[in-house]
Amino acid sequence: MTAPPQLEVENLQVGGEGCLVVDTVSFTLRPGESLGIAGESGSGKSTLLLSLMGLMRQGLRHVGGSVRLNGMPMLGQSDAALAAVRGGKIALIPQNPATALNPSRRIGTQISEALLLHSTLDKAGRDVRVLDLLGRVRLPEPAVAARRFPHELSGGQVQRAAIAMALAGEPDVLLLDEPTTGLDASTQAALLDLLVDLRHRGQVAMVCVSHDLGVLARLCDRIAVLYAGAMIEEGPLPAVLTRPGHPYTRALAASIPRLSATGLPLPIEGRPPSLFDLPPGCRFAPRCAFVQDACRDSRPALTLAGPDRRVACLYPLTTLAPAAVQLDAAAEQGAPLLAVEDLSVGYEQPGKHGKTTRRSVVSAVSFTVARGEVLGLVGESGSGKSTILRAIAGLAAPSSGRIALMRDGQTEVLAARSTGRPLAQLRSIQLIFQNPDASLNPRHRILDLLAQPLHLYEKVPRSDLRAKAAELLAEVRLDAAMLDRMPAQLSGGERQRVAIARAFAAGPDLLLCDEITTALDVSVQAAVLHLIRDLARKHDVAAIFVSHDLAVVRAIADRIAVLHNGKVVETNDARELCARPLESYTRSLIDSILEIPA
Amino acid sequence: MRGVAALPVSRVLRDVWAQRSGRIGMVIVGLHLAVALAAPLIVPQDPAFQDAGAMLQSPSLTHWFGTDRLGRDVFSRTLLGGREAMLIATIATVIAMVWGSTLGILVALIGGRTDAVVMRFVDALMSIPWILLVMLFVAALGSSSAALVPVLGFSYGLSVVYLARAAALDFVARDFVVAAQARGHSRWSIAVTELLPNVRDSLAVQGAMQWSWILLAVSSLSFLGMGVAPPTPDWGQMIADARGIMQRAPWALIWPMLALSSLVIGMNLAVDAWARVTGVERNRRVPGP
Repeated sequence: MTAPPQLEVENLQVGGEGCLVVDTVSFTLRPGESLGIAGESGSGKSTLLLSLMGLMRQGLRHVGGSVRLNGMPMLGQSDAALAAVRGGKIALIPQNPATALNPSRRIGTQISEALLLHSTLDKAGRDVRVLDLLGRVRLPEPAVAARRFPHELSGGQVQRAAIAMALAGEPDVLLLDEPTTGLDASTQAALLDLLVDLRHRGQVAMVCVSHDLGVLARLCDRIAVLYAGAMIEEGPLPAVLTRPGHPYTRALAASIPRLSATGLPLPIEGRPPSLFDLPPGCRFAPRCAFVQDACRDSRPALTLAGPDRRVACLYPLTTLAPAAVQLDAAAEQGAPLLAVEDLSVGYEQPGKHGKTTRRSVVSAVSFTVARGEVLGLVGESGSGKSTILRAIAGLAAPSSGRIALMRDGQTEVLAARSTGRPLAQLRSIQLIFQNPDASLNPRHRILDLLAQPLHLYEKVPRSDLRAKAAELLAEVRLDAAMLDRMPAQLSGGERQRVAIARAFAAGPDLLLCDEITTALDVSVQAAVLHLIRDLARKHDVAAIFVSHDLAVVRAIADRIAVLHNGKVVETNDARELCARPLESYTRSLIDSILEIPA
Repeated sequence: MRGVAALPVSRVLRDVWAQRSGRIGMVIVGLHLAVALAAPLIVPQDPAFQDAGAMLQSPSLTHWFGTDRLGRDVFSRTLLGGREAMLIATIATVIAMVWGSTLGILVALIGGRTDAVVMRFVDALMSIPWILLVMLFVAALGSSSAALVPVLGFSYGLSVVYLARAAALDFVARDFVVAAQARGHSRWSIAVTELLPNVRDSLAVQGAMQWSWILLAVSSLSFLGMGVAPPTPDWGQMIADARGIMQRAPWALIWPMLALSSLVIGMNLAVDAWARVTGVERNRRVPGP
């Protein structure tokens, strides 16, 4: 480690009107090193990454500190001076490559253009280099891939093409913004293998931003943790995660669901401070489990706490073991509530000559859900898991099979469409969506949103609505003062709690949860999982919990059904399935999970 | 922007006022409304009184805007000339907006074959020139405001169906609408509680534009002698009346023209500013002749 640092960041501050989005961040990166930047949404990690290239988002500007690439300052320079460096010595792989590549130009042409800027090769030389680059990112048949348009490649392949483009300038430093977001687990694993390989062979240094600590643990050898714009811990991986120094790092690590753990991950109570209204002392103090009086008065600086570890905490925890995940007693199995028998769902697609072809999404799926039980449905995108939920909710008509609801000793076969079902059946099955931004009408107050099911199913009189709605909010641990707010005034986690409260307002027997934690930060995800679990127990409500993430499903479900290409390949007790998978597909799903070291 | 909480009316007015074009538009429209409301109280002379001894007089202290070919006071007639047209436009706009947006939102929500059939039917109706329709009605019922209002309300509602449907289509596939369907709400309740609040801004902006188009249509009809019937003074009528004497008495033509065009321009300026404030994309396609 004697080589001069390639990238030096000193006391960097980036901010807008009246707030600092990135506040006093310092680190150095040596050749071949890889630094992960972790933090939840709003922690300033993407802003930090962009400022490393001398780029600022609209409304933000460089306030203080410096960024140096090979000794050359990157901030306060004209764009013309930086043009040669950007995409050359330092290259960015954007979060969503599908939108970063020009959709109307061929992959090869776009990479060739990058070469034109950053190399002296002639046309023939560039063509050879394009194929070479595409080969380096392990795209099968580089010559074919070069002729393709971005939309003709899969998500993982587009991401590889974007990496090839970034490599065109032979960069010293590669910046990655959430490189695996939106990819399936197996695609993600293959992509990370590629990045690790590139780093080891090419001596290229990397800075990788991700909300997923598993990704960082796989890819990086150091990690910096951001909280409310400030760097609160920096050190080697996996030590930072196994023996966290800052209480926030510890809480963050404990909020991640793990396959090997039993029970639910631990949430972090409260929400991050507003950047416009920061507490005077430590920014994490209001939520910290170890807070002391001194923490509220002065802001701790990033100081050395042990060898090779910097922590911004007055009382670092390096002696403490990581938080123990609580044990959860298994739920009692009740009588059967829902039976899905030989369910098949297909969509009509317009085919040639005006005919329609049927594409089968779910074929001959059967399972049962017992009263009070949480059934996990896990599978990659396109496996048909959401379609099954939609069929149960009456939003997608099955092409064959039947769905039956057992209530009060009666078996009722459900009509294909929700419009054909009596209100009593509709109320007993409630759906919660992935994205609360989309599932809550942006033009209604929280009170009105909660009033809808109350009015529809129970004809609650107008005068009682507010009290009833406040009760529901209390159940999801939200303040009654929120009743008069609009959804846009709430955080993502709070909105999802409102969506959950709305589902429980109906007094359901079965909850259908469609990837309900996917859009949330991990600490918020842990809180939502707890909430669903507690409310389901309290009200004896069963749930079908759909997710692409086996670790999340493992944390909450009693039983798990694994879906693959529209078929159930394995159903078993959650613990049993993860410990001793019977099917090879289940095993491959388990293997593709990036476990962070415990 | 769309998708955030609706802005309160006072805030919208303030933001429109904050823009230069919006301020100009609001002043013009406000002045017109004030004059239209107060005109019966402030007109100096009887607008229908024909002074045989004072025909085609140029502007003077007695006749500020001069007199027309029948010796009527142009100033009094100009002050009063917008009232009937504005009233017709207002009622016709309400009719057009109510039936047009109801049908548009419902077909967007129902979709499928119903949507296709209704929209092709609307297409077919739109291909009939509205002015022909009006002539037919006027020929049958006689030229009166009572005949104009339903015909204009109906024909201008056709384009509202399009706009309301397009605005609602942005939202029908959103999860909150799907959630309402899964809960078992009726179509009508989904249209009213889920869709209407989200398309309200687009529709309101469109309504204001419809108003100025219908106003123009009423004036055109009056010009052709099928709109506001004499002796009620009307700008369109006055323009038609003064057309032949343009060279001898330009004042009789210019004042009603200025009044009508300034109102339409002022409305457009205000609505443009309003559309910018609420983030609605304004439909610039002007239906009609």
